[in-house]
Amino acid sequence: MDSLPAIPPHARTYRYDAVDKAFLQARIAEFRDQVQRRLDGTLTEDEFKPLRLMNGLYLQLHAYMLRVAIPYGVLNTRQLRQLAYIARRWDRGFGHFTTRQNIQFNWTKLADAPDMLAALAEVDMHAIQTSGNCVRNVTTDEFAGAAADEVVDPRPYAEILRQWSTLHPEFTYLPRKFKIAITGAPHDRVAAKLHDIGVIAKRNTEGEVGFEVWVGGGLGRTPIVGTKLFDFVPEADFLATMEATLRVYNALGQRENIYKARIKILVRDLGDEFRRLVERELAEMPEGRYRLPSEVVQAIAAHFAPPPFARLTDNPPALRQALEANRAFATWVKNCTHPHRAPGYVSVVISLKPIGGIPGDASADQMEAVADLADRFSFGEIRVSHVQNLVLPHVRQEDLPALFAALKPHGLATPNIGLVSDIISCPGMDYCALATARSIPVAQRISERFADLDAQLDIGTLHVNISGCINACGHHHVGHIGILGVDKRGEEVYQITLGGSATNDAAIGELIGPAFSYDGVVDAVETIIRTYVAHRAPGETFKDAYRRLGPAPFKEALYAAA
Amino acid sequence: MPLLEDGRLRPDPFVTVTDEEPLPEGTPAIISLARLLRDAPAGRNAPLGVALAPEEDPRALVPFLGRLSLVAVRLPKHRDGRAFTQARALREALGFRGEVRATGHVLPDQYAFLLRCGVTVVELPEGADPAIWNAARQAHPVAYQAAVAGDAEPLGFLRRHVTA
Repeated sequence: MDSLPAIPPHARTYRYDAVDKAFLQARIAEFRDQVQRRLDGTLTEDEFKPLRLMNGLYLQLHAYMLRVAIPYGVLNTRQLRQLAYIARRWDRGFGHFTTRQNIQFNWTKLADAPDMLAALAEVDMHAIQTSGNCVRNVTTDEFAGAAADEVVDPRPYAEILRQWSTLHPEFTYLPRKFKIAITGAPHDRVAAKLHDIGVIAKRNTEGEVGFEVWVGGGLGRTPIVGTKLFDFVPEADFLATMEATLRVYNALGQRENIYKARIKILVRDLGDEFRRLVERELAEMPEGRYRLPSEVVQAIAAHFAPPPFARLTDNPPALRQALEANRAFATWVKNCTHPHRAPGYVSVVISLKPIGGIPGDASADQMEAVADLADRFSFGEIRVSHVQNLVLPHVRQEDLPALFAALKPHGLATPNIGLVSDIISCPGMDYCALATARSIPVAQRISERFADLDAQLDIGTLHVNISGCINACGHHHVGHIGILGVDKRGEEVYQITLGGSATNDAAIGELIGPAFSYDGVVDAVETIIRTYVAHRAPGETFKDAYRRLGPAPFKEALYAAA
Repeated sequence: MPLLEDGRLRPDPFVTVTDEEPLPEGTPAIISLARLLRDAPAGRNAPLGVALAPEEDPRALVPFLGRLSLVAVRLPKHRDGRAFTQARALREALGFRGEVRATGHVLPDQYAFLLRCGVTVVELPEGADPAIWNAARQAHPVAYQAAVAGDAEPLGFLRRHVTA
């Protein structure tokens, strides 16, 4: 432990105390014993399976996979360096960042898993509740605590949800897994309407914090945009509302059919009755037991106090000169930064989507490089985005030229955030035991097809999402262009949906027509994009153009020739 | 089958009676919710218990609460966690103070969670070792959230130690 670098003094992560640390150690000792019993044959795979899943260890096509929780996507540099160490020591020198702000190690050996968990515990990390029918890692806005448009910092509430849901006695054997996302900005960057529960923190006219609660959204086999359950839950009733919602689900959610067991099916089937049942649960709760006191919120929020920002002004001369002198730099700044609430600062998105690369993969060297740069430029803080990129949340605008230059040699300056090559993809048949088709090679071929940056810039904002099976881990339903790989009589074919969205105007994409072959799917994507370019109004994005035009011109272009 | 209460085994004074059998005089008996609603057994002094099926709402017991000594909740499979919510509803929404018994496919790892949701007694398989159950109960003497039983003084903000 002593050999690890200290936590950077300003990094705003939740710090574990002695009780948290003791709990993790006990849990690891318990798992080490279970692994030993599996290795010596005392436990069968059947008996061992639920035990390993409770510790985030999946069995994939070729190896075990360890899914590590990154609570609400917030990391300090010591934690990121430890992830790099784990990748190098026990994996193949890589880690894979996921759409739920976690990291997966795809080449884990069973005998190593307890040591990997022990290494994680050294930096207050674990893999608990990254699997199973329980409340999973809570996700939030990757620009939380930094974004110019933020109304409420969601991190303290995300941490409160994390603690509340950890080893919850009532909600560990739910009908199915349960995913919560929370944002505090009017621009939804967490796909709130597509989660089991989506929370939008906001303020009333008195400035008090409250929560808009959405329930029953989700993707998978039955994609559904959620329903607004409450418009403004007062802060004190936040946890009580979560408890009440989960109780109705735990009591009434379907359990016979795994594909109908998510809360979205219950909410859809019950309609307004669902809200009435939640309100009844709330009314029956004993006064005060589930109240969230403001002192608790303040104490947790202290962990996320703003770093000591310098008094700066926007658009400093050093930035202006560099923007004029270097077009590549200017393009990167335009695409890979996000407005910050502190003058003279900006948030920087580091693309993990190099042309031809595997979306979300980072090498141990890259993780260490990002950690070094976060220490140098971002108060030691890193975020993982649900689009599978990394974020340095607090960078001085005057430091952008130096940061850009430092990212380049590590292959981390790809200026494609929000463009056609910034693809979300599940691991697909290259790793996943559930997959019915490859998805990573499709992502790689699409990004190679559109490798030319000027072409990407001309196409503009365009989200391509790829899933290798109907479970939809690549969120294809909400891609502007969504691609779903399925098995058709032993052959991989790809269905394409258009017009989906995961943000404020959340929508499920529409199937455009018959599926395409593995060889033909990239051509089909190109045809769709050419059709958009031909029909768009000046400045109109792909999504807006599709909503105006409808599917007809795209169908025509894709299928008329055949 | 043996019962586990406060970490110790004890015999079961209750008999489970099917919907067709007559209720035995003077013997504690457990009946189904359907029978309770049908017969509303009156004029009986021996303790009466009800076994809830996982899909049954404990609120149906409200008119009978004063007459019930025991409510049993069942886990048909250990992964079916409806009993946790039923137990919590019995304690919180209904204020039931009698025995709440967990039956069915219960694992030692679930013992502590059941207690925190308001269960007091677990029906064990024949020959089960209570030491294993007590060890599992004390494996993680940490809890991060309010529950209906087992909370000592708050240790921290959201964190409490479970009394074990």
